[in-house]
Amino acid sequence: MRFSQAIWDEPLLDEIKHDELFGFDRKVPAAEKAIPKGRLERKSLNIPVISERYLMQHYVNLSQMSYSVDNGPHLLGSCTMKYNPKVAEYLSSFEGASRVHPLQPASTIQGSLQLMYELERMLAAISGMDAVTLQPAGGAQGEFTGMLVTKAYFDERGEKRDRILIPDSAHGTNPASAAMAGYEVVELPSKDGMVDVALLEKVVDERVAAFMLTNPNTLGLFEERVGEIASVLHSKGSLLYYDGANMNAIMGKTNPGLMGFDIVHFNLHKTFATPHGGGGPGAGPVGVKSFLEKYLPVPRIVRDGGNYALDYNRPLSIGKVHSFMGNFAVLLRAYIYILMNGADGLEQNSEKAVLNSNYLMKKISGSYDIPYKKLKKHEFVASADRLKSGRGITALDIAKRLMDFGVHPPTIYFPLIVSEALMIEPTENLSKQTLDMLAGLFCSIAAEEPELLHSAPHSTPVRRVNEVKAARELIFRWQDFRR
Amino acid sequence: MPSDERSEMLNFLGLDNVEELFSDIPAPFRTNGLKLRSGLSEMEVVSHVRSLLGRNRNCSEMKCFLGSGIYDIFIPSVVGQVLSRSELYTAYTPYQAEFSQGLLQLIFEYQSLMSELTQMDAVNASMYDGSTALAEAATMCRRIREGGTFVIPMALAPWKKSVLRNYLKGLSINLVEYGFDRKTGHFKLDEAVSHAKKDACGVYAEMPNIFGLYDEPVLDLKEALGDVPLVVGVNPASLASVKPPGEYGADIVIGEGQSLGIGMNTGGPLLGVFACRKEHVRKMPGRIVGATVDADGKRAFCLTLQAREQHIRRSRATSNICTNETLLSVAASVYLSSLGSSGLADVARKTESVRSIAMRELNGVNYNVLFDGPGYNEFTIQTKKEPARLMAELVEHGIIGGLPLGEFIPELGNASVWAVNERMRENDIVELKNVLDVVA
Repeated sequence: MRFSQAIWDEPLLDEIKHDELFGFDRKVPAAEKAIPKGRLERKSLNIPVISERYLMQHYVNLSQMSYSVDNGPHLLGSCTMKYNPKVAEYLSSFEGASRVHPLQPASTIQGSLQLMYELERMLAAISGMDAVTLQPAGGAQGEFTGMLVTKAYFDERGEKRDRILIPDSAHGTNPASAAMAGYEVVELPSKDGMVDVALLEKVVDERVAAFMLTNPNTLGLFEERVGEIASVLHSKGSLLYYDGANMNAIMGKTNPGLMGFDIVHFNLHKTFATPHGGGGPGAGPVGVKSFLEKYLPVPRIVRDGGNYALDYNRPLSIGKVHSFMGNFAVLLRAYIYILMNGADGLEQNSEKAVLNSNYLMKKISGSYDIPYKKLKKHEFVASADRLKSGRGITALDIAKRLMDFGVHPPTIYFPLIVSEALMIEPTENLSKQTLDMLAGLFCSIAAEEPELLHSAPHSTPVRRVNEVKAARELIFRWQDFRR
Repeated sequence: MPSDERSEMLNFLGLDNVEELFSDIPAPFRTNGLKLRSGLSEMEVVSHVRSLLGRNRNCSEMKCFLGSGIYDIFIPSVVGQVLSRSELYTAYTPYQAEFSQGLLQLIFEYQSLMSELTQMDAVNASMYDGSTALAEAATMCRRIREGGTFVIPMALAPWKKSVLRNYLKGLSINLVEYGFDRKTGHFKLDEAVSHAKKDACGVYAEMPNIFGLYDEPVLDLKEALGDVPLVVGVNPASLASVKPPGEYGADIVIGEGQSLGIGMNTGGPLLGVFACRKEHVRKMPGRIVGATVDADGKRAFCLTLQAREQHIRRSRATSNICTNETLLSVAASVYLSSLGSSGLADVARKTESVRSIAMRELNGVNYNVLFDGPGYNEFTIQTKKEPARLMAELVEHGIIGGLPLGEFIPELGNASVWAVNERMRENDIVELKNVLDVVA
């Protein structure tokens, strides 16, 4: 398959010259000035005035110069780039969803509250947790919320614990979230790609508040000794935190509650197929075991018979992490996704996700090193180390070259413990036909001339982008061009 | 019954069945499926969710006088049309610049438009919402300046205070509050300045403030603060009318961007606006797009200054934020460009003039407007009746009343803060008055 993206020489908005407007360009009625003359008044405003006719052309052309899930495969490890079912877009456009103010009296938002209450229960069932908050707006904010809950728990017990343990294979948000909550982050070196349980036993003491773990981890390996890990932590009174970025591997097969985790965050824009939006919005609900429920953010949604209410009276709650109740329109989409898949559907998704990952791994294992070669879960890590030392081909070259064939490259140079890492997560949505195409592509690219790869991509609207220049010149707005 | 595709793939892996793929999960941790109902068809889900959403009373059937950051604004159709392009809404974060030029240019345009609106040098690609933008601004102040306190208005939305407290927990920064004049609703900025002189890493002020008032002395605040960073919270829609904070010395500008063409959606997703002066940009949280060139020297865009971010800097990152609200910054960009300077000015003028009408008209035997003066969206009403009770009774009349203030500003007793928007007409105010005359 050969791919070529639309190449529009699309001007910036302020470069579009067309000042003739039409009837359909008047969006709101004209109005008279109300602010008094004086210091408060704004003197000039320079937002481009462009007819909708040219605006739409601009936006359609720019959209054609973007690549998305609806265009083709995304291999991004730990990002779970699934297809986003369209019925969720349709339903979220209803005024019953979109024109509801978050501060309305509870009696007037019973639909939203019931939906959120039911979603909390569904997520609790999926994760084996007792209580869920939907408030965090993204996975990282879920982690931060989990850290605040951890802090609140130990504060109430009067224990001064100041450390969070994190494996060296962890997502970057883990250490960042723990540090933001004021913890000292201690990184734990992995052994054979997994938690070194003997080392863990040595370092866990009464200073350790929690261990943040992803299972399966970022290498796609299931941490088989998770039971021992939980015992080590719990025997010292520490908590075990589950980073849910990789939950798509295990639904219906196991759950973090059963594995002994105390706190879990979900990424609804990953596991539950809400659209990534070019970087957001997402949603990062947090589930906890019952002994931690009292610390969850307020308001809690409570049910009284057939009615739902907001409960702010939780004296031990950490308070709020979001202005209101979280990203409702994202929650709505995840709710729809869970309803449509049901128990069987979600489990089948995990099965196919794991099958796809292992299939693709085996298919490309002749051309790429696969560290820790054994059964993987929903993702695996390949290394271009040998290609680099032998022929000078890097993971970055391979990533850039994949774009020439209309494939979104894997996550590269992560996890940090594998050199020239290509972290690949096909998700359940890719067919065998697509996986065979991808495998062929990975293998043929590995055999291509290094020069061709160093200069890739060749069929995108721009050639390799000079990121160093961007970081040096710091041009963040068109005004900087005009000076 | 496995599909042919599944069987072929299992064969290739030398496996007999799919369960072998999970043989690495120890038996004690295996579950036997999920405790959820079985899947529904699209037809059934549409019917179920439609009836669930029908249990909400939305603002097309009610007149909504709630504001406090979220407004029932009019959204031009073009915004939804652009957002429904699946190349945009189903896209991943544009780390791979070469085939994400469209999305990167859209974010660059958002940054440029927001820079014009705020008159600040650098705008990031978004934070989660106005509250987290404020909280991240406070932590950024600490990176700009040593200091053990962050100075905020006492009269501040409780959700903002709560989020702020949580984000400051890791930094041992205390919040210090300055008061307001109970007669005028204007803030005691001299108190803010004197707090700032004692070990503050930053000061926060709002324009308009929680009561919807433009607080003119804020224009002189930076001069009094000197080196202490000033964070200004804005309603970006009001900046088509009121002087932008970049012109009065703000170091950081934050705000809730929902008023720029984004639905209320029961409160999310929202748009955290975050802007700063160029000298502070390396201390900024979140993603930012920069202009550069490609290998042929052609103009191109990419995410830049990533060394500040969690995926590179890990525990020493400026913030943990990864997923943000990019699609909503695109919405804001389309909204701003579809209205243009004149349309935005019309929205602002209409909002301000309906607000003036409301403040003139809404005075009766049992209720009256507190705090006179120019401002945006909000105004404050004092009622004889307890506001929460009033709010419940107004629902019977198809009206969603203002937000009771007494719970978090007890000295204001039975005051509540009401908001109008550009959709409203004089007639809506008259109808509200007629109801208030009976109910309040």
